[in-house]
Amino acid sequence: MSRIVRFFIGIAAVSAVLLYSISSLNSDQGYSGGNTLTIYNWGDYIDTDLIKQFEKETGMKVIYETFDSNEAMMTKIRQGGTHYDIAIPSEYMIDKMRKEDLLVKLDHSKIPNLKNVDKRFMDLPFDPKNHYSVPYFWGTVGIAYNSKMLGGMQIDSWADLWNPKLENQILFVDGAREVIGMGLNSLGYSLNDTDRNHLLQAKNKLDTLTPNVKAIVGDEIRLLLENEEAAVGVVWSGVASEIMAENENLEYVVPKEGSNLWFDNMVIPKTAKNVDGAHQFINFMLDPKVNAQNTEYVSYSTPNKAALEHMPKEMVEDERFYPSEELTKKLEVYENLGKKNLAYYNELFLQFKMHRK
Amino acid sequence: MENKLTRTLYAVPYMLWIVLFVVAPILLVLYYSFFNIDGQLSFDNYEKFFTPVYLKMIVSSFWYAFLITAITLLVAYPAAYLLTKTTHKQLWLLLIITPSWINLLLKAYAFLGIFGTYGAANSFLEAIGIGSQQILFTDFSFVFVSVYIFIPFMILPIFNSLNDLNPTLLDAANDLGASKWTTFRRVIFPLTIDGVKSGCQVVFIPALSLFMLTRLIAGNRVITLGTAIEQHFLVTEDWGMGSMISVFLMITMVLIMVLTGTRKRGA
Repeated sequence: MSRIVRFFIGIAAVSAVLLYSISSLNSDQGYSGGNTLTIYNWGDYIDTDLIKQFEKETGMKVIYETFDSNEAMMTKIRQGGTHYDIAIPSEYMIDKMRKEDLLVKLDHSKIPNLKNVDKRFMDLPFDPKNHYSVPYFWGTVGIAYNSKMLGGMQIDSWADLWNPKLENQILFVDGAREVIGMGLNSLGYSLNDTDRNHLLQAKNKLDTLTPNVKAIVGDEIRLLLENEEAAVGVVWSGVASEIMAENENLEYVVPKEGSNLWFDNMVIPKTAKNVDGAHQFINFMLDPKVNAQNTEYVSYSTPNKAALEHMPKEMVEDERFYPSEELTKKLEVYENLGKKNLAYYNELFLQFKMHRK
Repeated sequence: MENKLTRTLYAVPYMLWIVLFVVAPILLVLYYSFFNIDGQLSFDNYEKFFTPVYLKMIVSSFWYAFLITAITLLVAYPAAYLLTKTTHKQLWLLLIITPSWINLLLKAYAFLGIFGTYGAANSFLEAIGIGSQQILFTDFSFVFVSVYIFIPFMILPIFNSLNDLNPTLLDAANDLGASKWTTFRRVIFPLTIDGVKSGCQVVFIPALSLFMLTRLIAGNRVITLGTAIEQHFLVTEDWGMGSMISVFLMITMVLIMVLTGTRKRGA
């Protein structure tokens, strides 16, 4: 008995020492003061040199935390107990957070650099007049393919995926909006279509694609395409640019029928403690030079028009990531279709998954 | 009197635990299952569940769970039997159980590498002249990896009941002229049936709701009820439907436990 008691006393003593050292370490680094800015972002989605630069310029301490899904991020902010000053969710999540009153209204007078942002990417349905969010990066959904494995075959449309030569070669990301949306686009419908008939047609069309589908996977799609497990993948442009850097046989194309346009925007959650600092940070990130440096690091497409001048030419002129005006017009942003329609999309997606060759 | 009081006091933490973490969650799941996607009280989810989509899913879930359990049993029974015959039983048992300490996700990722087009399995097939095959994202790979993961859970209970078997019974069967097969069929197997039953329960029930492997190893070519639950909770936020499927799984589990449960035989 006394041994157990001693054991527990030992554990308590060790915990007390650790707790004390954490709090003293934190105060050494100035983390306990009010002059901190907590940023909640996707993993590896900022050039960390810029954080140091921001700290130097403003004298603020930046605490940087990462998340790996919009849902996880929203849950953490909704439950409270956190005080993130900046978060970077995707567009459909911004719509949701806005409606659930989780965001602070932005003071545009504190963000003079907002003028640098391309007008095409402002005032979109998920956040009218950009009251709550400022574009950070944008991108598309398209086809990544390995031209070497396909013997030089070119792909430039969704219709090409039905080519019998691609038997058992296509990987999809596990997302109902992406896959059903692709079916809708291939039929010439909008990817925000909620007409049950159109959706059923899209699902039936997708069923005929089954012989070409190798698998429907999650984040592993990067690994699988990089290792040439499959020749074709329907992916986000961000994923494509990452895997293209690892495997030079890979190509990326935005299909000519049209596709999805997505955004990751900076927002200030309601739980923020340093709203002024958050505005400063947003303004800092919109500075042309800073933004150019960040874009070169992250290699997604920047919505910042002024930054393009500070970037290497081959990056800006790359039509795969900065599609032509004409193609951009065919790109659509996902609208929040409501729970019921989303459930129907998922039901159809489930049926597509269950369809056997 | 005081004795009784302390005894009740000691029971409080356990009762609290059971109420908070066993009874309450089950009731909550049951409660949610009666709400449709609009948050209205209804039987919509139960009606929806008995449509062809979900019925097909139930059939395929049961079929794969059955396959996995049957193959696991076929592998595990002889393995457990051989284990009882070795001199260092505990050491061998430890070696077999060790892999189950490794995180499931890690093992799944390892199989992604092994079964890949350029993985070890295909290099071996090349070497023996069969040539490269698609292994990943097939029914075979799904069943294989599931069986691999469940084997330790099947071996343990069977090993325990085989280990408790009184060896004199085998001698007696031998003396009375039973062949080896008859001894197994009439003596060994009936005496270890409890181990087999609990092994099957431990494997079949989780196998019904496997969901991570269906995506990682089977590339969503195999859809189980677990996949549907995951989707309803995380993507569609249709908690009602997700709960309804969970209720169905719980009822199934109770039924299986009752049907295969050990009945006390009268003396």
